[in-house]
Amino acid sequence: MLIGFDIGLFHFLVLSALMLVVGLCGIFMNRKNIIVIMMSIELILLSVNINLVAFSAYLQDLSGQVFTIFILTVAAAEAAVGLAILVSYYRNKGNIKVEEMREMQG
Amino acid sequence: MIVFGAVFLHLLAFLIVGGAYKIIPKRIAQIITSGAAVLAVAFSVYIFFSVVFGGNVFEVSMFKWISVGSISIDWAVRVDSLTAVMLVVVNVVSALVHIYSIGYMDADRNVPKFMSFLSLFGFFMLLLVTSNNFVQLFLGWEGVGLCSYLLIGYYYTKESACAAAVKAFIVNRVADVFFAIGIFAIYKTFGSLLFKDIFSDVSHYHHATVNILGYGFRSLDFICLMLFIGCMGKSAQIGFHVWLPDAMEGPTPVSALIHAATMVTAGVFLVVRCSPLFEYAPDILDFIVFIGGTTAFFAGTIALVQNDIKKIVAYSTCSQLGYMFLACGKSADPAAIFHLVTHAYFKALLFLGAGSVIHAVGGEQDIRKMGGLRKKIPFTHAAMLIGSLALSGIFPLAGYFSKDVILESAIAKGSVMGTFGYVFGLATVALTVFYSFRLMIYTFYLPAKSKVLVKSAHESPKVMLIPLAILSIGAIFSGIVGEYLFGIVSKSLRFWNGSIFILQKNHVLADVHDLNWAIKLIPTIVAVAVVFATFYGYLRRRDFINYMSKKFDFIYAVLSHKYYCDEMFHNIFIIPFKDCCEFFADRFEKRGIDHYGPNGLARLMNKCSIKIKRCHTGLVYHYAVVMLMAFILIITWCFTI
Repeated sequence: MLIGFDIGLFHFLVLSALMLVVGLCGIFMNRKNIIVIMMSIELILLSVNINLVAFSAYLQDLSGQVFTIFILTVAAAEAAVGLAILVSYYRNKGNIKVEEMREMQG
Repeated sequence: MIVFGAVFLHLLAFLIVGGAYKIIPKRIAQIITSGAAVLAVAFSVYIFFSVVFGGNVFEVSMFKWISVGSISIDWAVRVDSLTAVMLVVVNVVSALVHIYSIGYMDADRNVPKFMSFLSLFGFFMLLLVTSNNFVQLFLGWEGVGLCSYLLIGYYYTKESACAAAVKAFIVNRVADVFFAIGIFAIYKTFGSLLFKDIFSDVSHYHHATVNILGYGFRSLDFICLMLFIGCMGKSAQIGFHVWLPDAMEGPTPVSALIHAATMVTAGVFLVVRCSPLFEYAPDILDFIVFIGGTTAFFAGTIALVQNDIKKIVAYSTCSQLGYMFLACGKSADPAAIFHLVTHAYFKALLFLGAGSVIHAVGGEQDIRKMGGLRKKIPFTHAAMLIGSLALSGIFPLAGYFSKDVILESAIAKGSVMGTFGYVFGLATVALTVFYSFRLMIYTFYLPAKSKVLVKSAHESPKVMLIPLAILSIGAIFSGIVGEYLFGIVSKSLRFWNGSIFILQKNHVLADVHDLNWAIKLIPTIVAVAVVFATFYGYLRRRDFINYMSKKFDFIYAVLSHKYYCDEMFHNIFIIPFKDCCEFFADRFEKRGIDHYGPNGLARLMNKCSIKIKRCHTGLVYHYAVVMLMAFILIITWCFTI
């Protein structure tokens, strides 16, 4: 509309896929900080939300947006729990470096 | 109803007392079991008169027990004359042993358990004699084996008692295998396991053959041989006799029960019950005579030199069972049952008397340490004397009648085996008298060896003496009553009412009555002579007896080692078996199955898991990658399908 072409469902899906890939890469490639991992997870969740909202608008079905609200709520709760774990982890270990978390090594 | 009472009261007592043996008070347990046994006696006496003189042969099936293919077996109670006689004997002896145990086992700490086992023992024996088919009989047969195991090993903290119990159980199982094979052969030949089906048409199968490992045998010969080997085990005949003397490890009332009423008489009962089969297998009958005669003599000689009061009586039982089989083998089955009955009374009397002696001297069983007990325990002495006289076959006591009929039927038979039986039987009379009175002399008449033992000796309580008194009456009168009042061994067999079958041509019992009176006197003369000789030898000419035992010390050693039977079995069976087991345990089990089986698997798992555990790096993002890949794979898989 602005520059001469419509923004349709396809564009939202591409955006969402890009955000998902960015989030995944953030999880895999990040070797330093666990907070970045949590941020990446949030990013993945948001990309899913975009997907849901886009489909909701496309299909004229409100349930997708209702789901989005739910996911946001759950994501907020999850972030709170994750950060709480992180705080107590820091108190125990004195750092939050991902490389140092190797206690599960076989 | 009364028949069920006679059979199942024991079971009821066992269930009540045995079920609650931990909480039930001692006295109540004694009252329940003894009361049930006494009531059963009353019932069985009533049955005896109603069946034998009223002619009411009773057979009723209670419910269907086994139904497989063409086999259909009911749980049944069958009472004919033979069973009625056995019911009386088993119940009377069992009841008296129950009562006696009240006194004898008073100090024991687990009286209810003991009493309940006694009741179970009685029940299984009654089950055996009232069965109307071979399977139910086999159940009773195994049941008495089980109870003998439980009771012989009653003092289970004593190692020798446990060994004796295991020995009795295993020796019996070996023989039972043959009995089971006999039952299979019966089913194969006759197509039925019911007595009445089998016995009614034995003659049709006169020439039937059975194929064993490629050889054809005459079916009846094979069946009878297998059944008889089963009987040899239960009745402790030569070769299988080893368990009987060891069974003395059990408490004395148990010995009395095993030796007089239950267990060992089962073998004789089975042979007599199957008389229609055995009558058509004359070769096996000869074999039975051979085994019976040999056992009678063999066990009698061992008893000569034993020093344990119970072992002497035990070998005597073995010997007397030989007599019973001798009679069976000569188609004088009524004589066998007659001797079984009289023997039950005087053998129970001797055992309970021996128990009373052991009780009096505080557990000592070696007759060489006793002596001079006649004044101390006069009542027990009188009972033992009656028992010994009855066992020796002195006129008018029980043993005289039954034993003489057996010996006379041996001579009346006239064949080679008959003569063999007579010679061995007569020799055994002398042996019997000698060892019985040797026991009496050592225990009661010789001067006391140990002052302490005799001084503290005391007569047993009344509850033990009353059974002795009742059994004494039985030991005195059962012979006269059986011979003259009931006509147990009369040639007409009217008493048996068809429960014993004897072929027309085997008319031994008729011949016995035609024998010369001089021949009839021989056993009595021998017995009386040996009684006096024994007394004279031990009391006046002790030096002569010592001289003889020195001179024949080789024979003495063989006899006192019981012909090295135990050593022989130990070397032939136990040691090779043990070696074999050890070989397989090491080479086959440890180095074969264990090495490549469980241990091999464990080693393999170890090796694999060392490799696999390298995957666990512990780094979070590695796990995340795996999770994501797996997630993608699963999703893709779901959508492609």
